[in-house]
Amino acid sequence: MIEAELSRCVAAFMPGATGVRGAAKLSGGASQETWRFDIVHPDGDVGAILRRSPKGYGAAPGRAAGLNNEAALMRLAYAAGVPSPEVLHVLQPSDDLGTGFIMRRVDGETIARKILRDADYAQARPRLARQLGQIVAGIHSIARDALPDLREMNTTTEIAELAREYGSFDWPRPVFDLALRWLSQNDPGPSAEVTLVHGDFRNGNLIIGADGVRAVLDWELAHLGDPMEDLGWICVNSWRFGEIDKPVGGFGPREELFAGYEAAGRKVDSARVKFWEVMGTLRWGVMCCGMMQRFRIGPDHSTERAMIGRRASETEIDLLRLLAPRGEG
Amino acid sequence: MQDEPTPTELVQAVADFLRTDIAPLISGHQAFKLRVGINALDLVVRQLTQAAAAEDEEHARLKQLLGRDGDLLTLNRTLSEQIANGAVDLTTPGLKDHLWQTTLAKLAVDQPNYASYKREVGRGTDGS
Repeated sequence: MIEAELSRCVAAFMPGATGVRGAAKLSGGASQETWRFDIVHPDGDVGAILRRSPKGYGAAPGRAAGLNNEAALMRLAYAAGVPSPEVLHVLQPSDDLGTGFIMRRVDGETIARKILRDADYAQARPRLARQLGQIVAGIHSIARDALPDLREMNTTTEIAELAREYGSFDWPRPVFDLALRWLSQNDPGPSAEVTLVHGDFRNGNLIIGADGVRAVLDWELAHLGDPMEDLGWICVNSWRFGEIDKPVGGFGPREELFAGYEAAGRKVDSARVKFWEVMGTLRWGVMCCGMMQRFRIGPDHSTERAMIGRRASETEIDLLRLLAPRGEG
Repeated sequence: MQDEPTPTELVQAVADFLRTDIAPLISGHQAFKLRVGINALDLVVRQLTQAAAAEDEEHARLKQLLGRDGDLLTLNRTLSEQIANGAVDLTTPGLKDHLWQTTLAKLAVDQPNYASYKREVGRGTDGS
């Protein structure tokens, strides 16, 4: 039982901690799990989250930054004032828990549709687009020399990567070809400035409270690259969850995201943001197709994965709305 | 010849049973998975009832657009190649309309509640 290992682990890194209780798995595929639990402490229990790859699943596939890098980035973000869970401990081999880290649990909501519709967040919603601009500017301002070793991507390598992945599916999608052609012909080339890019900065990877953004999560796809990538990604229609006239995560207009970003002392290149929005829409489409592939070849033979494969067509209509619009809005 | 009821009727009946009689009994993550399963069955029903006619129309448009015959998959591969190598583009008569009609027909089966689809299907076929 995981509580025994966790109890030994917390006693070793947190003075006074006597054990854990209430361990429950929140999500997990074969290679990565998230657990919630409480650290028992005489000064009061501490809510915690474990993110780990169980033993035997050490290697990070493909694009993933790796759990140790995620922990390092979250610590840097926390230190830079980006709303972020405090990393309490990075797992060591002696912990016998696999690889990963333990962080302080942050209360709030992550489910995008609830954030967009529930009355609890009505006060926060109109402020979120601007606040997200400020937050992502904070991420892009983290000093390069402090960063762990990350892969570096630019527009041209990303186009090539998406073309390769799409090609590997061996299933024709003329709209994806149209998008790839547009991306190649409109490639703005490498960004003059290369920064830390969160890589999955969107509604769904944020903890939101009545007071606004409480934490940025899921640094799994972090890399070095064009900072405008993060601004384009959060505008991808898939992350508006039905609020299609509010590009920034369903919260508000691009102008507010940009104003928040520039108020933090950074510059927006709106043409590059638009380019990354098209790229991001295609990227999510390719990711949906990848889910279908993994469903088919296993081992995760879940209906959820299969049905995400049937969401690739959502990105096709969004690509057509971006590249071949039939009317306004 | 296989007898009735049809696959459509059988799948629809199972989806309705799960939705009406079983879903209220289940909670938590299992309820989420059940809902995904019901959504999958509903999708299958839409595909069984809509896809044949939509694919016939898609096939006819592809033959016209490419000026050649072949099965649906082969013609889609050809169109993909021609878009990729620039032989056709959005200025090619019929291409934009074909991509839109094909995509709308896919969404009608895959995700008819997707907001972009609802916005676009409301425009009518000429986009007005």
